[in-house]
Amino acid sequence: MSMPAAGPSNARPDIPLRELLGFSGGALRAYPLRSVLSMLGIAIGVMSVVLLTSIGEGTRRYILSEFMQFGTTVIAIHPGKTETGGLPGVLGGTTRKLTIDDSEALARLPNVTSVVPTTMASGPVEYGGRSRSVYIYGATAAMPEVLRFGVARGSFLPPGDPRRGASVTVLGPKLKRELFGDSYALGRFVRIAGTRLRVIGIMEAKGRILGLDIDDGAYVPIATAMQIFNLDEVHEIDVTYEHEYQTDALAEAIRQTLMSRHGDREDFTITTQTAMIETFGSVMRVITLGVGAIAMVSLIVGAVGILTMMWISVGERTGEIGLLRAIGVRNRDVLRIFLVEAAMLTSLGGFAGMVLGLAIAAVLRLAIPGLPVHTPAIYLVGAMAMSVATGLLSGIAPARRAAALEPVEALRAE
Amino acid sequence: MIRLSKIWKTYEMGTQKLHALQDVSTTIEQGEHLAIMGPSGSGKSTLLNIVGCLDQPTSGEYFLDGEDVAQLSDDDLAEVRLRKIGFVFQSFHLIPRLSALANVALPMVFAGVPAAEREERAREAIDSVGLADWSDHKPAELSGGQKQRVAVARAVVMRPGLLLADEPTGNLDSASGRQVLDILCGLNQQGITLITVTHDPNVARLAERVMVLTDGAILREVEGRKVSTLDDLFSPVASGARDELA
Ligand SMILES: Nc1ncnc2c1ncn2[C@@H]1O[C@H](COP(=O)(O)OP(=O)(O)O)[C@@H](O)[C@H]1O
Ligand SMILES: [Mg+2]
Repeated sequence: MSMPAAGPSNARPDIPLRELLGFSGGALRAYPLRSVLSMLGIAIGVMSVVLLTSIGEGTRRYILSEFMQFGTTVIAIHPGKTETGGLPGVLGGTTRKLTIDDSEALARLPNVTSVVPTTMASGPVEYGGRSRSVYIYGATAAMPEVLRFGVARGSFLPPGDPRRGASVTVLGPKLKRELFGDSYALGRFVRIAGTRLRVIGIMEAKGRILGLDIDDGAYVPIATAMQIFNLDEVHEIDVTYEHEYQTDALAEAIRQTLMSRHGDREDFTITTQTAMIETFGSVMRVITLGVGAIAMVSLIVGAVGILTMMWISVGERTGEIGLLRAIGVRNRDVLRIFLVEAAMLTSLGGFAGMVLGLAIAAVLRLAIPGLPVHTPAIYLVGAMAMSVATGLLSGIAPARRAAALEPVEALRAE
Repeated sequence: MIRLSKIWKTYEMGTQKLHALQDVSTTIEQGEHLAIMGPSGSGKSTLLNIVGCLDQPTSGEYFLDGEDVAQLSDDDLAEVRLRKIGFVFQSFHLIPRLSALANVALPMVFAGVPAAEREERAREAIDSVGLADWSDHKPAELSGGQKQRVAVARAVVMRPGLLLADEPTGNLDSASGRQVLDILCGLNQQGITLITVTHDPNVARLAERVMVLTDGAILREVEGRKVSTLDDLFSPVASGARDELA
């Protein structure tokens, strides 16, 4: 038998991953209970990360869709300046209030399709001995179109000069039911904060929007609302326009117009729908990340479990490591063997956790239909990547310990 | 061919120095069967590990097939062990979770031998030690002798030129020890260089040459067939000036 000229030709390729998986997988199967338990730690960690971020993301999407139903070509103007530092009125001079006249001035700007000044106040609505305290919205005829509300019966507030009131009201469907039951309401008179108004329409059911039950409210012409509730300003002006690309130019035009009407003071806040959606979206994303980070703590606990398990395993398998070195396995191959073992544990555990998280999310969706749960595919990819990374990280110390063993010492261990 | 020249292995034990090997020089020809004997702690395993490139001497030169082992990197040494050297240990060192066949195939996994060829060669090797029927059994299901035969099959499956056995029959009863020795000697007759560490003069007698170590130094080297008793070998002065080879 002649000796092959192996010599220092150091061209041995790395062991293929397939072989590593086979060898390391066998080692894990040798202690099924221990392997499964240490995987469980990771599974629970990944499950809570997936679940909590899914609820966060679901909530973000839910609230965004609530916003989106108003359309993206809406600009809202509120009194007072909140975006820059100074509080309104603090810098001297008087803050002018937003008025219906302001709103009318904005209606004359180019590209504007409609303008709705609104007020909001709560007060009693009475009919036939029943009374109910609800929100009363002062609005104009264009409101259903701007906010995409529909009228179920009758008509909405009449068009015309918003500075002129009318003794009419439109009821939300819930309010109507509470006051009138099944009986006919159109043409009847209700008392709102003491003022007698004729019911001319019933709104379509809309449900809650951001927690506010708008079905349980009433609409009256804005001038009438201001008079009934003794208001001297409007609470919001909503401006709609044709195209989203006009947003910035229109916002600027609105600012110029209002400033010139308010003695060159920017004592109002302009919120474009796109800005609002973006701001809100990023806030929610931060919250979701925060919640995910908290869930990550359980993943870290799982990683410590893997580290402990691998550390014990290296100790127990010292003789095996010595043997591997004796048959010519390089120390970097030993390192790989144990890294792959740790990564297998965490990726299998992570996969189980992912499936578990998705299953629980599905059950939650069934059990609590209102609960917004959404798991984007990228989260799942992220969860898997995180699992593998956890394995590699928690495997580093044990694997280095294994690779650093002197072959002769290791062989003595058995 | 193995050439050892002035090999020292020294361990620093606090302030004291322990010489596990002292000035060991010898040459081992390709195909030779050398037995290493000596009392416990005399440096037999240390020497075998150095020859097997598992350990490096503190000083001295070791040429394996004309190559200076001291010049080799860790990875180079691993390559040498994989391709050129087979080890058999007293305690078998089989991996308990793997079948006999998988234990035998293990070196080939790391040598990048394709799975199909691996299976074939492992079966051949396990067949050659008479354990074809035990291929699928785990080490725990095998007797000591069977375990050691699996270990021998693993040691030669890469067809090395050098086979190192550290007390291969130390844990075996005499009958199964005999079987293992027969296999080792058979391999040696086919051309493999065999170095066996042993306490047993009956084993030593099978070798062409016996190296006797005491306190890490070569006490004497004798022809294997002339070994009679342990006393004979270990006496500080050779009984009669006969048999001295070195
Ligand atoms: N890592 C080590 N550290 C200190 N002393 C060691 C070490 N390895 C071996 N020795 C010592 O070297 C001497 C030779 O050991 P060894 O070669 O194992 O002897 P043998 O195999 O002949 O019984 C012994 O005295 C042993 O205690
Ligand atoms: Mg020994």
